[in-house]
Amino acid sequence: MRTLVAFPVLILVVILQSAVISRIRLLAGCADLMLVILAAWALKTDIDASWQWAFLGGILVSFVSRMPWFVVLGGYFGVVALAHLLRRRVWQAPVLAMFSVIFVGTMFMNLGAYVVLQFLSHPITLNDALGLIVLPSLLLNLLFALPVYAMIRDLAHWVYPVQEVE
Amino acid sequence: MKDFLNRSLRTTIVFLVVGGILMLALGGYLSGASRGITGAFIALQTWFSTRYNAIQDFLSAPRDIATLRQRNAELEAEVSRLQGQVIELQQQVRETQILAALVDFSRANPESTYKGAAVIGRDPSPFLHYVIINRGSSDGILRGMPVVTNQGLVGRVDAVIAGAARVQLITDPASAVNVRLQNAQADAVLVGSVTGDLSLDMLAQDAVVEAGDVVLTSGLGGGYPPDLIVGQVLNVRKLDVELFQRAAVQPAVDFTRLQIVLVITNFRPVDIQPLIPTASP
Repeated sequence: MRTLVAFPVLILVVILQSAVISRIRLLAGCADLMLVILAAWALKTDIDASWQWAFLGGILVSFVSRMPWFVVLGGYFGVVALAHLLRRRVWQAPVLAMFSVIFVGTMFMNLGAYVVLQFLSHPITLNDALGLIVLPSLLLNLLFALPVYAMIRDLAHWVYPVQEVE
Repeated sequence: MKDFLNRSLRTTIVFLVVGGILMLALGGYLSGASRGITGAFIALQTWFSTRYNAIQDFLSAPRDIATLRQRNAELEAEVSRLQGQVIELQQQVRETQILAALVDFSRANPESTYKGAAVIGRDPSPFLHYVIINRGSSDGILRGMPVVTNQGLVGRVDAVIAGAARVQLITDPASAVNVRLQNAQADAVLVGSVTGDLSLDMLAQDAVVEAGDVVLTSGLGGGYPPDLIVGQVLNVRKLDVELFQRAAVQPAVDFTRLQIVLVITNFRPVDIQPLIPTASP
């Protein structure tokens, strides 16, 4: 039942992403709030609901975006997988893990999108993609990382309260 | 008898003295003394009055401060409400201006029928230039319908659901619009880019193109109706070693401030795909 909290949260995130965040541009790049939220959630929660979150987030973003659904879903699943991997290895420094996941996840997702768009005959050069989209988007995602991590931590504590051990 | 005479004499003397003083005062001979006495009285009364006022202020001040604070809070709330109202009204004025311009545009182009729509979002992917509008199939919007503003061409409907539609902007890297140059009488293809810049491709080498030339849709290919304003030529790049000239185009529409658009609902795009010859095996 607790997984159902993903519905209002992720629907709100998609609305915010489409209506506000996508309009805040740095060069041609913009932040991917869904990616940052999924990374924070996958790093924070001890219960593996993050796969369901990634699935739902990917479906919602695919519904709004013209980007092929498998790029979005694959990207978000990749981010969650990376977060799980780092959560086990860098568990003592969650903020460092968050930045690492955002960095690698953004590069993975955007470069994946670039490759797929090349196959779909979108005339975008690698220089343009890197300099105008990927790196500015990465910077914006990193800027969102800390506040989103703090909010998701509170949300995770609210949804999955820590059991007191006597 | 003697006592009576003494009392009468004293009374008479008192009357005479008082009368004399009055006469002297009325005659102006006691003005110096009276000024001194009244001055002392006035000073004393002023001192008492000042102290009384100070004490009264001290006792009544807390009530006044509370009243003033309450009044101040009320006024601040009123100012906030009015500022909100001003912002709302300014927004309404802007929207009204846009709508008035769109109405003028639709009246000036009566050959088309339009459906107004508000831009409510953008594509989350930075690689793609799409917007989402709040009109869909239940409003008669269909895939492929052109989207314009009073300034010029915006794009065309790419996908539709009941209450919303996604519009591909002409600045999208995958967008290609057949256009013609008004002065040069030459055809070209307008393509977008990731930065949102527009450029003309497939522009014949012998076409005489100059900065400032107006770019219009040509209607070729059946994707867009003809003669919609797209923008103006900014600069031309002509190299003899290339097959075609290239030109940068300044779009007529400000895509960063896209708020309300018009969908041309009586235009049906023509699918020319079956007419394109394919290589036979």
